[in-house]
Amino acid sequence: MAKKPAQGENKAKSKATKTEASGEKRPAAKAAKAAKKSDAPKPKAPSQRAPALGKSPRTDRVAVVAGLRTPFAKQWTAYKEVTALDLGRLVVRELLDRTELDPREVEQVVYGQVVPSVSAPNIAREIVLGAGLPKNIEAYSVSRACATSYQSAVNVAQAIGAGVIDCGIAGGADSSSDVPITISDKLNKALIGASKARTPMARFQAFRNLRPKDLLPVPPAPTEPSTGLTMGQSAEKMAKENGISREAQDDFAHRSHTLAAKAWAEGKLDDEVMTVFVPGRYQTSIRRDNVVREKSERESYARLKPCFDRKHGTITAATSSPLTDGASALLMMREDKADALGYEPLGFIRSYAFAAVDPGWQMLQAPPYAAPVALKRAGLTLADMELVDMHEAFAAQVLSNLQAIESDKFGREQLGLSGKLGEVDRDKLNVLGGSISMGHPFAATGARQITQTLRELKRRGGQFALCTACAAGGMGVAMVLEVAR
Amino acid sequence: MNDTKEQALKIERRGEVAILWMDVPGKPVNTLSSDFSQQFAEVFDKLEADAEVRAIVFASAKKTGFIVGADLELVHAARTEEEAATLSRDGQVAMDRLEAFPKPVVAAIDGPCLGGGLELALACAARVASDSKATKLGLPEVQLGLLPGAGGTQRLPRLIGVQAALDMMLTGRQLNAKKAKKVGLVDEIVPAAILIDVALEHARKLAARVPEHRAGFLDKLTDKHALTEMALTKNPVGRKVLFDQARSQLLAKSRGNYPSPEAILRVVRIGLEKGMKAGLAAESEEFGRLVMSPEAAQLMGIFFATTAMKKDSGVDDPKVKARPIEKVGVLGGGLMGAGVAFVTATRAKMHVRLKDKDDAGVLHGLGHVRAELDKGVKRKRLTRQDADRLMLDVTGTTDYSGLKNAEVVIEAVFEDLELKRRMVRDVEAAAGPEVIFASNTSSLPITAIAEASAHPETVIGMHYFSPVEKMPLLEIITTDKTADWVTATCVALGKKQGKTVIVVRDGVGFYTTRILAPLMNEAAYLLSEGVPIERIDGSMVDFGFPVGPIKLTDEVGIDVGAKVGKVLVAAFGDRLSPPNGMERLVADGRSGRKNGRGFYRYDGEKGVDKSVYGVLGVKPTNTSVSDHEIAWRCTLAMVNEACRCLGEGILRSPRDGDIGAIFGLGFPPFRGGPFRLADSVGPAEILNRLEAYEERFGARFSPAPMLRKLAESDGKFHREPSQGR
Repeated sequence: MAKKPAQGENKAKSKATKTEASGEKRPAAKAAKAAKKSDAPKPKAPSQRAPALGKSPRTDRVAVVAGLRTPFAKQWTAYKEVTALDLGRLVVRELLDRTELDPREVEQVVYGQVVPSVSAPNIAREIVLGAGLPKNIEAYSVSRACATSYQSAVNVAQAIGAGVIDCGIAGGADSSSDVPITISDKLNKALIGASKARTPMARFQAFRNLRPKDLLPVPPAPTEPSTGLTMGQSAEKMAKENGISREAQDDFAHRSHTLAAKAWAEGKLDDEVMTVFVPGRYQTSIRRDNVVREKSERESYARLKPCFDRKHGTITAATSSPLTDGASALLMMREDKADALGYEPLGFIRSYAFAAVDPGWQMLQAPPYAAPVALKRAGLTLADMELVDMHEAFAAQVLSNLQAIESDKFGREQLGLSGKLGEVDRDKLNVLGGSISMGHPFAATGARQITQTLRELKRRGGQFALCTACAAGGMGVAMVLEVAR
Repeated sequence: MNDTKEQALKIERRGEVAILWMDVPGKPVNTLSSDFSQQFAEVFDKLEADAEVRAIVFASAKKTGFIVGADLELVHAARTEEEAATLSRDGQVAMDRLEAFPKPVVAAIDGPCLGGGLELALACAARVASDSKATKLGLPEVQLGLLPGAGGTQRLPRLIGVQAALDMMLTGRQLNAKKAKKVGLVDEIVPAAILIDVALEHARKLAARVPEHRAGFLDKLTDKHALTEMALTKNPVGRKVLFDQARSQLLAKSRGNYPSPEAILRVVRIGLEKGMKAGLAAESEEFGRLVMSPEAAQLMGIFFATTAMKKDSGVDDPKVKARPIEKVGVLGGGLMGAGVAFVTATRAKMHVRLKDKDDAGVLHGLGHVRAELDKGVKRKRLTRQDADRLMLDVTGTTDYSGLKNAEVVIEAVFEDLELKRRMVRDVEAAAGPEVIFASNTSSLPITAIAEASAHPETVIGMHYFSPVEKMPLLEIITTDKTADWVTATCVALGKKQGKTVIVVRDGVGFYTTRILAPLMNEAAYLLSEGVPIERIDGSMVDFGFPVGPIKLTDEVGIDVGAKVGKVLVAAFGDRLSPPNGMERLVADGRSGRKNGRGFYRYDGEKGVDKSVYGVLGVKPTNTSVSDHEIAWRCTLAMVNEACRCLGEGILRSPRDGDIGAIFGLGFPPFRGGPFRLADSVGPAEILNRLEAYEERFGARFSPAPMLRKLAESDGKFHREPSQGR
């Protein structure tokens, strides 16, 4: 494997002193590091069709060494003047600072963004160039709607698993405050036509068919290109078809806020959420998610009117995840690499699976299809899970997902099992709250779930956890996480 | 040196054009040395004789730039005005030859093109410059108390106009390629990679006499700049206005202390009124006079001193090397901390972790860095992209996270010994065992701070001056225990931050604070004697200080001054005690500029706040003290204390003492610093004056033992004289 030339002798010296320096780092670090430096052939990772099927050799596990996110802020609040790229750079920079990692160890950055950026289409590379990372680190961006940072984490995991890299950064950032406002198709065509025109007359001709309304800016469309429905309308459809009551949804949202507020109050999130000193004028800082209701009251949920189907609907703003700005990042390494550098990982990615359904059916119902595959790849069952963390796009979606997972009929007919996939113990479900209460910057949510779940798993002394997320386009992801025991 | 003769200029043929490569052997940069004129003549004889050569490109073969100027050692070594004037005339002859050369010569400029280098380029038929960031064109002679002596005063105004030329010559300002193109100093700017090719093309065209479009009279009429220029220079009245205005402006600034700007004006004017020949004659004559002036001698001395200091590791053992630094922790987001963060991130290009006790402190620090970067963007020194990237090199925190891999942590917290000791313990708990703890205190003893450390050899003082972005000095303070590698590492860091660094030994007030105190005290004594504040400050500004001591007290903060004063009195006794009554100002709630109440008014009105006399109980009616006495009493109080610092081993050398006073405290540069001043007046004479003052004013003027010893042995502080005589 070609190592970056920058990693020359100049660093070697200070590195040696450093390793002795930090008390918390393991003594094994130095020897392993030295071995690496001497260009000893690296043990080749066994090629695997599916990642980490069954029990893999322990040193080859994909470790999540550290995870960090910005506080999530409701659209047009704290990060009003901050772009997704700014947020991504801040969180990656801070992750490097806090982990005290030599940035030259990072070999790849995979980062995601859902709301497209016109000025910086490859956000991952811009993060490398702007966050104090050596410029020779390659980087690419991914987009898988609300499962984007699962995707970036999986990509880094695959690269590590395939022996391509030892260390990478994954994550995602989104700003709903910085959305590209576009021009109408007709104006677009006219402008391009005019720029191609060779005569003043032709230039004039290009604008001939424009009507005043064509000059208006076009707000970003929240609808699915395939179905023409908004996310909310799709969720509303699921609520109706699955018979999810308004009351159950309100209960769930109230629960989400209550648990998130409790988690913050107990300081459980302090170490995984950085303080953001809001760039620009540096007038304010933000320490916590500003979506969470400090004192959630059940009655207040009932007062709200449905927002997607005003007449017959059950979904309200309070039972939906809000438009949010934020960023998250994961530092990932092969287990022996983390060991060599003296890090104790948060935990490991044991397995994962993506699935997709016809978005015209129940668009957010893919997680129940992904979960059994991930569990099978992990060689585990739902009952083995100490925690289950589901992305909360809508309360109705979580409840629909759970309904499917716990349905014998669904298990038999859709998953080809003998019965239901299993029961999800509600005491183990989204125990620190979720996207409804913390907010949902699309591309940042997955990495938030991974970090939050691994840390909670560790706190509880558990070993395995299942994370899931639904995503636009009828997609879903499930990931099995484990901590060392 | 002799065998270098053939090698400094090399001819390379490219068809009908010859490239004349300049590469002074054994030197990192090209300078015009003593044998240059002769070599130059030989090479051009050869080029003139070679019929196949039709044009010439003059370029540097060094990566470090075009030509950075004349060899200053050579100028400095001149013994008489005539000798110096001859140097100038030799240069003029070479440039005249270049200008009149029958084949066109094109200068290809990449990197610095300064002083004699630019004068050479000016004598060429055309100039092509690279667009690289390193390309700078300027005539910095004025900063050394000189003037451009190889035809620059004549050719520059003729090429770019009197106004632009005077601006360049009187300020020493260096233009980047873009600006140089704009004012017409260079004909074209191109990427460095094709510089030679484009210069060759230019040379070929000129050789083929492709007629260039020359601006005619009518074109000039439509050009606003040309019109102003014409009005100002082509008619005697306009010319008088221009020169009178320039002269009064520079006198207001120099207070007549610096002869070279006036000489430049004079020489340029003669050239415009009486022609090139008369101008050149005046130029070499004035050059000779200036080289021999005490002002230029001191300014050149400072240049040599700072050049030597760039190579000084700060420790005497040559085996000690600075350790590499990639990350610097800064404690405290106030003005000092933020300033240190700024210079560390933007100049030293290191990652900075800025810690403050609360979010507001971090925000202030980051906001300050951002504001400074935005200034750079506005003034086009930085691109927006660079500014954004540099901004990310400063991260904020309210805990000690992210400091483990910092090599140096610089604290800039409140001046409180216990607080600073706690910082030492906290940093050592959070960071690696070899982390350097540097305190940016201006008065607390570093030894006392180091007592809190588990490894005091890594504790050091880094005393920056406010505003850190602008003030050039860094005073590094070592204790008896500070390890040499720690000192060397911090000196290297300071240089990377763009600072001139002096290393002093720990002692109360170190060097700069300690020598400033008696000067400010003496101003206070004068005030208590009833000398009006305007006269005290005015005399000191006339003497050459950038601000008067009373005004400076307002700037520093009267309360801060009082606090530091107490520390100094506790250590050194009454010698450093201010006159009675000064404490009433603090009691009156006067802190200086920061709270809008001090010696001067800050309510939008200018001038002294007359109510201050009432508070002090003095009547500002004393007219018996002369300006001369005011300036010398204050200055000698400082010089005497500086002598004590040298005698006590606080200073490593008189050089450091001079540079520290000039760059840190604004000591008049043309006087060379406290020790150069003492040398030029003569230590015995300084002793006499101090003894006279001691008799009149008491023990505070008691001469330093070192000064007495030196005066008795008829010695000097500096072994080498600043003047080349």
